[in-house]
Amino acid sequence: MPGLKLEAIATSHLDPVNLEISEGETVALHGQSGSGKSLLLRAIADLDEHSGEARLNARSCSSMPAPDWRRQVGYLTAETHWWATHVGEHFQHRNSALVTRLGLPAEVFEWEVSRLSTGEKQRLGIARLLDNRPDALLLDEPTANLDPEHTSKAEAVIKHYQAEHGCPVLWVSHSPEQRHRIADRIFHIEQRRLVEEHP
Amino acid sequence: MTLISLSVTDLLIAASLVLLVAFLSWRLYLGSAKQLLIAATRSAIQLMLVGYVLHLLFESNSLPFIAALSLFMLSVAGYEVMARQKQRFRGPWGYGIGAVSMFISSFSIMLLTLLVIIQPDPWYKPQYAIPLLGMLLGNTMTGIAVGLDNLTRNAWELRNQIEARLILGQRWSEAIADIRKEALRSGLIPIINAMAAAGVVSLPGMMTGQILAGSPPYEAAKYQLLIMYLITAGTGFGSLAAVWLGSRHLFDDRHRLRLERLKKR
Repeated sequence: MPGLKLEAIATSHLDPVNLEISEGETVALHGQSGSGKSLLLRAIADLDEHSGEARLNARSCSSMPAPDWRRQVGYLTAETHWWATHVGEHFQHRNSALVTRLGLPAEVFEWEVSRLSTGEKQRLGIARLLDNRPDALLLDEPTANLDPEHTSKAEAVIKHYQAEHGCPVLWVSHSPEQRHRIADRIFHIEQRRLVEEHP
Repeated sequence: MTLISLSVTDLLIAASLVLLVAFLSWRLYLGSAKQLLIAATRSAIQLMLVGYVLHLLFESNSLPFIAALSLFMLSVAGYEVMARQKQRFRGPWGYGIGAVSMFISSFSIMLLTLLVIIQPDPWYKPQYAIPLLGMLLGNTMTGIAVGLDNLTRNAWELRNQIEARLILGQRWSEAIADIRKEALRSGLIPIINAMAAAGVVSLPGMMTGQILAGSPPYEAAKYQLLIMYLITAGTGFGSLAAVWLGSRHLFDDRHRLRLERLKKR
């Protein structure tokens, strides 16, 4: 069965989580800082030791090498980090159409990372993630540092990619308006559990 | 030309110079006087002791005795490598990485040199084996210590960048590639510089010693060149092994960065 399935994934902050996100569906998640949202995303991306299993389109995380799994479940951290001098060195394909839709000039690939603003880094982080062609998206506050104009551009880019590839998306967002704009279902973390909110 | 033996007075003259430096540094409130005196005393005791042990060893010519001393030297060198790490690995790895790397490089190169190149009779003749091993260990130790320290320090400081690369699906070896390269470079720089400056800027210690002891300079130069190449190979293999083992141990089988395997000092 296609989609992202979490089977009893537990971290130091959360009791075992069971959750299914189907193809093309978006689940929004919020909770106080320190409640374990990022740790949950890290566990799904298999970056920390954890119990439980995650499956993407019926293939389990433990059945494939970790780098393959991570490429498929595209995880976007709240703060992006860059290891090379120039922006372009972090990309496999220089997709200028994509960066333009995020409100960045096509020459951005020639820029030096050290001169990027926080908001530019965040938008480039989205571009770098999508450049990897993931089959699911785990987004940790992808628009936290963006103004309303760039937020709607980023949302449009993510939604477009999701529609094109039929990705399940788990989206951590602090903004109630954004959650209602983008999500099919909304959860929050309460006392170590994921609780679904009903409108 | 025969060896001019040094008297106690000769050594005392040299020692008084060290005392003078310590006194000056104390009078001028520059610190380091205490460390200087401790180190000078330590070196006097250690060198006298090793002179005595080597004297016994050269008389006895016994293989088990030589092997035991070699292992002792190796274990002290392993400890020194560990002690020089700012962030060392927890548990047996902290000692093991350095000691294993040194064992692989220094021991095998010493054996090769004795059995194939110099060929003394018997092959373990302590006049050759022990100074050779000491020279190899001393230099390899520095290379490994610097390389490992550089590796763990940078992995700690650049952990976010390493994880960013892992998140995008890079393998552990890609994610640490730049850091590993830099670590290896830092371990090899001292010996590369020493080779570049040898004979032009500095007259290496061993060659100086042989010339002072009466060897023809040309013979001394050949021995120095041999030793330098061996040291380079020892440092090179040792640093390669240590940096590879160390970087591998920073990750687990699921390509996760495991910095909790380091302990902060």
